[in-house]
Amino acid sequence: MDQTPLILGDKTPGDVTNDISRLLEGRPTALWWMAFLAALSLLGLGAVAVTYQIATGIGVWGLNNTVGWAFDITNFVFWIGIGHAGTLISAVLFLFRQRWRTSVNRAAEAMTIFAVMCAGLFPLIHMGRPWFAYWMFPYPNGRGPLWVNFRSPLVWDFFAIATYFSISLAFWYLGMVPDLAAVRDRAKGIWKKRIMGFVSLGWNGSYRTWMRYETLYLLLAGLATPLVISVHTIVSWDFATSVIPGWHTTIFPPYFVAGAVFSGMAMVLTLMLIARKTMHLEDYITKTHVGAMTKLILLTGSIVGLSYATEFFVAAYSGNEFEQFVFLNRAMGPFAWAYWTMVACNVITPQLFWIRRVRENFVFVFILTLFVNVGMWFERYVLIVTSLHRDYLPASWAGYSPSLVELATLLGSFGLFFTLFLIFIRFVPVIAMAEVKGVLSIGRRRKNAA
Amino acid sequence: MQRENRRFYLGVFGTEEDILGATNEARQRGLTIVDVYAPYAVHGLEKAMGLRYTRLPLFTLAMGILGAGLKIWFEFWTTAVSWPVNVGGKPWNSLPAFIPVTFEVMVLFAGLGTVTAFFIGQRLIPGRKAKLPVHGVTDDKFALVLEETDASFDKESTQKMFEEFHVLEVVERVEQEPIQ
Repeated sequence: MDQTPLILGDKTPGDVTNDISRLLEGRPTALWWMAFLAALSLLGLGAVAVTYQIATGIGVWGLNNTVGWAFDITNFVFWIGIGHAGTLISAVLFLFRQRWRTSVNRAAEAMTIFAVMCAGLFPLIHMGRPWFAYWMFPYPNGRGPLWVNFRSPLVWDFFAIATYFSISLAFWYLGMVPDLAAVRDRAKGIWKKRIMGFVSLGWNGSYRTWMRYETLYLLLAGLATPLVISVHTIVSWDFATSVIPGWHTTIFPPYFVAGAVFSGMAMVLTLMLIARKTMHLEDYITKTHVGAMTKLILLTGSIVGLSYATEFFVAAYSGNEFEQFVFLNRAMGPFAWAYWTMVACNVITPQLFWIRRVRENFVFVFILTLFVNVGMWFERYVLIVTSLHRDYLPASWAGYSPSLVELATLLGSFGLFFTLFLIFIRFVPVIAMAEVKGVLSIGRRRKNAA
Repeated sequence: MQRENRRFYLGVFGTEEDILGATNEARQRGLTIVDVYAPYAVHGLEKAMGLRYTRLPLFTLAMGILGAGLKIWFEFWTTAVSWPVNVGGKPWNSLPAFIPVTFEVMVLFAGLGTVTAFFIGQRLIPGRKAKLPVHGVTDDKFALVLEETDASFDKESTQKMFEEFHVLEVVERVEQEPIQ
């Protein structure tokens, strides 16, 4: 058994409460304000761009008759993918009894919720008339009633994302209740006491409640595990159920799920490495945590690389010239630069994680995770744009480049994400204190073993 | 209605080994354990307290079946009965295409239903005032609450037993209701 302590510094449960709750007390630092204002400005830019495109119509995008889906759907799939790591860490690793998850699950779950919010924004604005978004919901209406078409993957997607958001939110809040109670019990200000008292639901640490809480947590983990797989599977069906060469393939569900975990894990690591340094969480996020996460990135990155190769093999083996053309066009056509950026960032650079010294050099890890984020964004871009831009009829071939409005919308989504994340780290314990307290004894000799 | 006064005997402990040991010992001596308070879930404490299993998983199963059942019925009803629309010649009975949404609704019902049942069952209600046995049970203290059920409750030997497990503080309390 691995005897390296998960949490360094010989902490007692009291130390954990102090260390983590202290981050929420006192005034935010200048660094926090700078980051918050930067994020807020991006969000403002995004709000202007979205307002403009809704008021004018989505003709302001760079789309044309041939490339009818591009930037917007790329961003949607990218953000949904980012969200997957939170559930992986909180649910799947819980079922696998990976105790290191306790240091990162709170932030990863928060990231999931914010990423799904960003993702949801894109189909909404893609509708062109977002004020009719509720038409996706099958409610008795005055138009027949004309129901939604339950055979359509776009309707599946709506249900998958709505369910995913609701369950993730419930999971996140449930995990937070004991910690909110801990913050409540040490709060000094009257307002903080009142607000924390309200949201902590009168939690008092009764073990009769704890026992059911543990059962509930296990049940939710069991439900969230197939859910997280279903969500990106259904996203991949948005493409795979069409008859477009390059989209119409059975490899999509596992390929998308692995890619989602890959990108999400990289984003968690990016955020946690920043949080570790700026919030002084060195004792809580250690080599063990970063090492485990980089290994998961290596695994899922290799699955993604294998998927790229399999796609090419299947195209060659199919004997279908349209299929073959799409893949050759991806690697050697006008979007070859995007394709090779994707391969370099997703397949080649993550292989450096085989080397222990790379895994233990956090500056290097940080840079490599940024590469993965870029690479996975390009994967969706390549997949969507290169499959569409040269279709069956050479006369209708077209190019695509995003307009400024589309770029501003993407930046705006990053603004939304970071604004929410920065608010989160100021108001909620970033590390699940009640869970970390339970793993303090790992790798430490017990003073008086029971 | 008049309430009877109930007398409680509280031990506050500092480590999970001590609370486990004291709870085990109290149960072996046949003392009435009202509850144990802990800042985190301590593995094995439910056994030490002699808590029986919870019925939450059965509720999850029931809600899942209900959600999936209702949804599959709704999909057939809307597609084939209420306002049938021919979409690309697809059959009225498109069962395989109905499965993804059915699955999602099953998870939604089971998940949110169980969370709601837990909150209601444990009386975790927004704004409810927390009743802590002693300060610090959400931070780093563990409390074992025993009830002095009858005259045979021996304070002296119980205190001695508590001390074996490095008790930090012993409190006696008379209340009209259990501390729950």
